[in-house]
Amino acid sequence: MFGRLTLDAFKHESSQNGAVFSMLFGAICLIGLISYLKRWKWLWNEWLTTVDPKRIGIMYIVVVLIMFLKGFGDAIMIRLQQAMSVGDSHGFLSSTHFQEVFSSHGTTMIFFVAMGAIFGLMNLIIPLQIGARDVAFPFLNALGFWLFASGAFLTIVSLTIGSFSTAGWLAYPPLSGIEYSPNEGIDYWIWAVQIAGVGSTLSGINFLVTILKMRCPGMTLMKMPIFTWSALCTMPLVVLAFPILTATLYMLTLDRYLGMHFFTVDGGGNYMMYVNLIWAWGHPEVYIIMLPMFGVFSEIVPTFSEKRLFGYVSMVWALIFIAFISFIVWLHHFFTMGASPTVNVFFAIMTMIIAIPTGVKIFNWLFTKFRGRVHFTSPMLWFFAFLLNFTFAGMTGILLSSPPVDFQVHNSLFLIAHFHGMAIGGVLFGFFAAFTYWFPKFTGFFLDETLNRYAFWCWLSGFLLAFMPLYMLGFMGATRRLDHYDASTGWHPLFVIVGIGAFIILIGATIQFFGLFWSIINRKKNWDHTGGDPWNGRTLEWSISSPPPIYNFAVIPTVDQLDPLWAIKRGEAPIPQKRYENIYLPINTPMGLYIGIFSLIFGFAMTWHIWWLAIVSFVSILVCVIIRLSGEDEHEIITVAQVKEIEAAHARRMKSYE
Amino acid sequence: MNKPLTIHHQDTLELNPDTHLPDLHQDTFSKTTQGFWMYLMTDSLLFATLFCAYAILHTETFDGPSAQDLFSLSTAFTETMILLLSSVTCGFSMMAALRNKKNQVLAWLGVSFLLGASFVAIELTEFTQLVQDGNSWQRSAFLSSFFTLVSTHGMHVSFGLLGMIVMAAQLFLLGVTATTFRRLITFSMFWHFLDLVWIFIFTFVYLMGVV
Repeated sequence: MFGRLTLDAFKHESSQNGAVFSMLFGAICLIGLISYLKRWKWLWNEWLTTVDPKRIGIMYIVVVLIMFLKGFGDAIMIRLQQAMSVGDSHGFLSSTHFQEVFSSHGTTMIFFVAMGAIFGLMNLIIPLQIGARDVAFPFLNALGFWLFASGAFLTIVSLTIGSFSTAGWLAYPPLSGIEYSPNEGIDYWIWAVQIAGVGSTLSGINFLVTILKMRCPGMTLMKMPIFTWSALCTMPLVVLAFPILTATLYMLTLDRYLGMHFFTVDGGGNYMMYVNLIWAWGHPEVYIIMLPMFGVFSEIVPTFSEKRLFGYVSMVWALIFIAFISFIVWLHHFFTMGASPTVNVFFAIMTMIIAIPTGVKIFNWLFTKFRGRVHFTSPMLWFFAFLLNFTFAGMTGILLSSPPVDFQVHNSLFLIAHFHGMAIGGVLFGFFAAFTYWFPKFTGFFLDETLNRYAFWCWLSGFLLAFMPLYMLGFMGATRRLDHYDASTGWHPLFVIVGIGAFIILIGATIQFFGLFWSIINRKKNWDHTGGDPWNGRTLEWSISSPPPIYNFAVIPTVDQLDPLWAIKRGEAPIPQKRYENIYLPINTPMGLYIGIFSLIFGFAMTWHIWWLAIVSFVSILVCVIIRLSGEDEHEIITVAQVKEIEAAHARRMKSYE
Repeated sequence: MNKPLTIHHQDTLELNPDTHLPDLHQDTFSKTTQGFWMYLMTDSLLFATLFCAYAILHTETFDGPSAQDLFSLSTAFTETMILLLSSVTCGFSMMAALRNKKNQVLAWLGVSFLLGASFVAIELTEFTQLVQDGNSWQRSAFLSSFFTLVSTHGMHVSFGLLGMIVMAAQLFLLGVTATTFRRLITFSMFWHFLDLVWIFIFTFVYLMGVV
């Protein structure tokens, strides 16, 4: 009846019980709060069934923040364990639990924080930047979100029921094969990643078509805002890389469930094929999460330097070039595989070449600031920190790209320090910058700037303390994923410093979460009195009110140059005529949510081998899809009168500020 | 906001130059077809990955039978012809849809369905035979990759058959409208795509395996 699911699955180590209970307590509190405020109907109508990209974007960000808490909690546990577990002391985590923690940390941060962050940002910003009222496939977009959310939820379920993977975030076979990992951990990982991955592919298709088909009149490709360009370079990577992940996980699944021999040691299987395939997805994935952040910084730097982006065209070509070359460097993740020198040299050179377009970008940002009027707002602070860390981590990346060096530091903490410099210094700082920069657009008020600055300095100093010693530890021979080491290694003091750094970051993150709630509570004080354009913005999203009306643009804009809003402000382009028309928007549908829920049940049932439930949930998914594909396209209409009323209300609000 | 309503303001819109049918607002037709091409691209990458796995593992027979010992070219050729023919009849149903002949559309879809179903049946018979002879997917890496590649295609065809039933029901109830036509064209793209994938399977797995 319940497959392999027994009561034992609910028993955990004491260190895990605390997390489980606090999570359940939080969930019960949340449900109680919503019931107390009688907000269920509101939640259902306005959020859970919505197909509005602005709402979906905000839901992405909410999931990202929750998953960030989880992934960050894992990171703190790793750091604490490594600071404590030396010599006779074995720390507070068993080695199995430690393996679960680092596997969960990587999986969460890449699949559910970084991926969610970029899709969240794209949902929020792209339709506004290209002057569209919607995305190309609103339902597909919602479905992509719900699949992402159900994958994220499945990893949370693994905290409570059973255990998570112990094979690292990419689950290399043969360790992840059925022979060496017979229990449910790897299956949780497979299904969480598989479901979220399918969601990413669907979202990728949606944004690709949105950008190609739905730009406003006059916006040719080379007049697109640079963030949209970065998305246009990222989405083909999603669409081309994620199917490889899907197929690879599919083969691993078949190995584990049907006894096939793709990646097994016996039967003629080839486990290095898994490593090749997973990195054929994995390396583009690195740029999938990085390129949009290049776009973010390319929006922020010109705005806060009061200058146009230096070298727009070179920036675009650099993006395209990086996107292209990201497909032919995957082997640098495992030079130690033992491919011939010719092969290793090819991949080494390709890897080094990536430094050129990246360097172009960095100089473009520097020249944008040169002789500009630079405002030291918190998005700019994140940019400076990004520039420092990204350049530094980029340099160490060049070191790693050389096979002889790589053989020395492969799988050491040097590598960990390198890619965290990219992932935190690049992606996460980029996300924070974007969050601060676009926050007033979608809420109508600012984040508390003082708290932002405190958080920033904690993050920067904490980051340097937490990761610079890892470079040294890597050279001293410390490998990644150590749950215990000998006192004679002399690593202990450095690990303690690293732990202190992690706690300074924890303080920074706490300030950020506190700052978010503080700003929401005191939103009256932090109101954006410009009504929609607090930073003297250049692109179309700043030309409409904050938060944007449901239809985004009352009149679809026409543009004839880059930075269209600056053109209007400087009198180089006419002020748009206010000729309103009826607006058609797709109506809400709960089908995305249903399919997400059934996928979650399906993943859970497959993990625990509950076959009947797996069949039922799979058939339910099919039924939902068929129902959705049998209906007519239904739209709601917003009449001219209603548009006029909404626009007039905004004008009245603006007047009251004066 | 007003109550939700379905818009059929086709009379106010120009005919789509590709389909000579009225296009819904916001260019739904061209967005959908473009999106569907993108989807087909993701699907071909999925197959490409499985082809890679087959290319690497097809010699790893683990002392078991090889492609030459197992495959019959005549069966594979029959399957190929059946699937190609079903693509032709699917094309006929599209042409009938362009002329707005509902019954013809349904009839040709029916023929395509029968052909597709017989393809799946032949494939299943072949698989059953292999498993009964002790050459299942557990036998060797070669057979794992063979079964995965070919059955993934077979599953696609089976889902295509399911889609065909849904499509036929919609056409039967609604006739050829802008919406059903759009869905029919994406379906036929899918069906032709499966044909193309099969050509590769026939060539790389059967033809090159046996000859």
